Amino acid sequence: MLYRETGQIKTDYKSDMAMFPIAQDRWFIYGCVAVAVIGLPLFASSYIIEAFLIPILIWSLAALSLNMLLGYCGQLSLGHGAFMAVGAYAAYNFATRIPELNIFIVFILAGLCAAAVSVLFGLPSMRIKGFYLAVSTLAAQFVIEWVFSTVTWFSGDNAMGTVDTPAIVIFGYKLESSIDLYMFCLVINIVLFVLAKNLVRGSVGRSWMAIRDMDVAASVIGIRLLPAKLLAFGVSGFYAGVAGAMYAFVYLKACDITSFDLFQSFNILFMVIIGGMGSVMGAYFGAAFILLLPIVLNITFQTFFATSGFAGLVSNIEHMVFGGLIMFFLIVEPLGLARLWSTAKEKLRLWPFPH
Amino acid sequence: MFVLEVFISGLLSGVMYSLVALGFVLIFKASGVFNFAQGAMVLLAALTFVRFIEMGIPLWLAAIMTFGVMIVLAIFIERFLLRPLVNQPLITLFMLTIGLNYFLEGLAQAVWDAEVHGLDIGIEDVPWVGLEQATGLLISMFDVISALIAMGLVIILSIVFNKTKVGRALRAVSNDHQAAMSVGIPLNRIWVIVWAMSGLVALVAGALWGTRLGVQFSLSIVALKALPVLILGGFNSIMGAIVAGLIIGASEKLGEVFLGPYVGGGIESFFPYVLAMMVLFWRPQGLFGDVIIERV
Amino acid sequence: MTATEEIQSAADQRISDEVLMSVRNIRLSFGGVKALRDVSFDIAKGEIRAIIGPNGAGKTSMLNVINGVYHPQEGTIFYKGKTGLMKPHEAATKGISRTFQNLALFRGMTTLDNIMTGRNMKIKRNFLWQALRWGPAQREESENREAVERVIGFLEIESIRKTPVGRLPYGLQKRVELGRALAAEPELLLLDEPMSGMNVEEKEDMCRFILDVNDEFGTTICLIEHDMSVVMDISDRVVVLDYGSKIADDTPNEVRANQAVIDAYLGVSH
Repeated sequence: MLYRETGQIKTDYKSDMAMFPIAQDRWFIYGCVAVAVIGLPLFASSYIIEAFLIPILIWSLAALSLNMLLGYCGQLSLGHGAFMAVGAYAAYNFATRIPELNIFIVFILAGLCAAAVSVLFGLPSMRIKGFYLAVSTLAAQFVIEWVFSTVTWFSGDNAMGTVDTPAIVIFGYKLESSIDLYMFCLVINIVLFVLAKNLVRGSVGRSWMAIRDMDVAASVIGIRLLPAKLLAFGVSGFYAGVAGAMYAFVYLKACDITSFDLFQSFNILFMVIIGGMGSVMGAYFGAAFILLLPIVLNITFQTFFATSGFAGLVSNIEHMVFGGLIMFFLIVEPLGLARLWSTAKEKLRLWPFPH
Repeated sequence: MFVLEVFISGLLSGVMYSLVALGFVLIFKASGVFNFAQGAMVLLAALTFVRFIEMGIPLWLAAIMTFGVMIVLAIFIERFLLRPLVNQPLITLFMLTIGLNYFLEGLAQAVWDAEVHGLDIGIEDVPWVGLEQATGLLISMFDVISALIAMGLVIILSIVFNKTKVGRALRAVSNDHQAAMSVGIPLNRIWVIVWAMSGLVALVAGALWGTRLGVQFSLSIVALKALPVLILGGFNSIMGAIVAGLIIGASEKLGEVFLGPYVGGGIESFFPYVLAMMVLFWRPQGLFGDVIIERV
Repeated sequence: MTATEEIQSAADQRISDEVLMSVRNIRLSFGGVKALRDVSFDIAKGEIRAIIGPNGAGKTSMLNVINGVYHPQEGTIFYKGKTGLMKPHEAATKGISRTFQNLALFRGMTTLDNIMTGRNMKIKRNFLWQALRWGPAQREESENREAVERVIGFLEIESIRKTPVGRLPYGLQKRVELGRALAAEPELLLLDEPMSGMNVEEKEDMCRFILDVNDEFGTTICLIEHDMSVVMDISDRVVVLDYGSKIADDTPNEVRANQAVIDAYLGVSH
């Protein structure tokens, strides 16, 4: 009864094309943002903030990055972990070599570096598609990992490509407490999410989806395939780069190539599949789900099998559950949690008179 | 002399890549699925095999039992994964096999364990004395024998594929699912057969690699080595998988030895990919693959 | 018969002598298969031009050559004063729109988005503007939405505006595909079997839309169709292909009487 669009009459196309055309949705989102901005910093402990909230903000950005490429443009990447690494190392180098740069500019430059690398490895999409392209991005993963662990110039000449990142300073104010860092991530996250949402519902997003659904038809209605795909790689790389820089500066407080390996790339892919391909909101669902699942599994196992020596088994079970869920979602609900969410809303719209 | 030794040992490890790639090609030809889980299947087969042997089961029986396990796996995969996803985009099926890869890796190590197991299938890893005396080349006997086994398997599979009734059905299915079904070829059974066959290939590859490296988690990584082999050879050519495996094996060893020192080493991890990418630009369908004409 | 005559006389006034497109000596083969052998014909501005022929005659290949999906081994195309082959997106920007024999809708998108995509090339603001979706970018989006709404109104599909196209019945999907092609405001509209798989009522609707498009917007139409009565009713001139060669090129009535065409359809051996 509460969730109705009756009586909300749109008198121009602008309001019909708004991000959330239904008023209740709008209020719900405002509520979420209010909770995120005011509620959580007030009530959540710094442990919760650092161990859950900040990672969710960062990984949802990474998931959004891959979602734009895979969910909207239909191009699979298995190298997003490496694109994040490019962002992280670029941010480190800009921040330490030009210390007077504003941190936001550092992050934007880091994103642009990752975008450039991503476009480079997206170039083969000119000739190949599908999983052939996945192999190209896999090549990106291995080449980039190798570059950062071999060329120590990128990590301030520290061996093995590991180095601490400098503290984040905004206009002379040093971010130290977990709430500072959280707010920093939240601002970047919300701004980038709004921009992404605008992008995917405009003509750029439509051209991506057209390529995803049927590329021949897309080119026949005037979409230039290569520039559109490369734009997707570029935008996606930018987002991955910013997410990588945030991961290094805020969460790890270090640049470490081993935390951007192939398994991170897979994790990002899983977030997209479980969260929902082709859904911006799905990125939050996916990131939260993938980050919380191992913790839930661990607690469950510790409660029921409180014996030592099970650590290995738990990680194997975790593997099985992850793999199983991926298969389950692909078969049963390819549009992921986001789809379940919108189905629930549809139901709610008709409730309590479904006919 | 050293160059030749590096080249030959590269070729021989290339045979192993061919073997893993062969498993991919079989499945790709018959079901159009690019099976990322092939590596996990190698791990599962090798682990099962080695644990059966450790229980005191004779080698031949353990091999048969492991093959049995792989057949059961094939039936499960067909029933629960392939059947619901008929006619889905290939990219979806590809992502599905990434999930399957995770699942099988977890399953293999949860049922058995995650330790490193030594495997002895009765071939010693020592230099071939006769060859060394005759030519001065240091080549491992084990490499030679495993190359022979791999070649034998390839020949058997080619015969099955080209000469038998099942093979004809397989080729029909790979050409056009629906047309094959309409002339009465049981699609589901064909899928089970190819997945079981690639399970067999995984078992052989796992046993050979496992003897050399020990049966452990890293076996599943060989799948990542087989990917560039496929790109190079073309996804639907058995011949391509073999030749490309040899090329990749030899060139990665040569590259590491002669190029590696100049750029800091460790290029073996990505060199095959770079090679495969260059081929892709020149011939997107791979060296031996068929050109696909798109119709609208 | 009177209805046909009426259309015919209306057509005479409508069609100018100006040639919009001229297809010259096209040869196309795939490996050893010769899909088109030395085909030439022209399309006058404002006419409804039909391409007919038995299955496998090369009709769809011909459309694919016209808008650049296939590249012929020989021959060229003259279009709006310029000679040369085009790439698909070039053809689209020069005002050639097209529908497909087997639906080529973007299945993951709604009707509205599908048709909006047809206007994508009219949107000039770059992606940074779109990400901000503010001021000029917002205005541009609204203007294009308005144009799309006119197409939706014209095709009478208002009620399925926000339905994902994958859920629509076949006939409506065909209509949405026509809408997507129309949204680009084409000068030349290529229709590949627009009425295949439709029932009589749907066919009548589709005929009406095609004639209206031709009439109201002056759009030149080149269509492939199997239903002879439809072709004879609505087209001004007909090209007949058989085994990749042109065997006739005339008005519907002449073509109907042409012995070569009758032989081709009845399968007289060559």
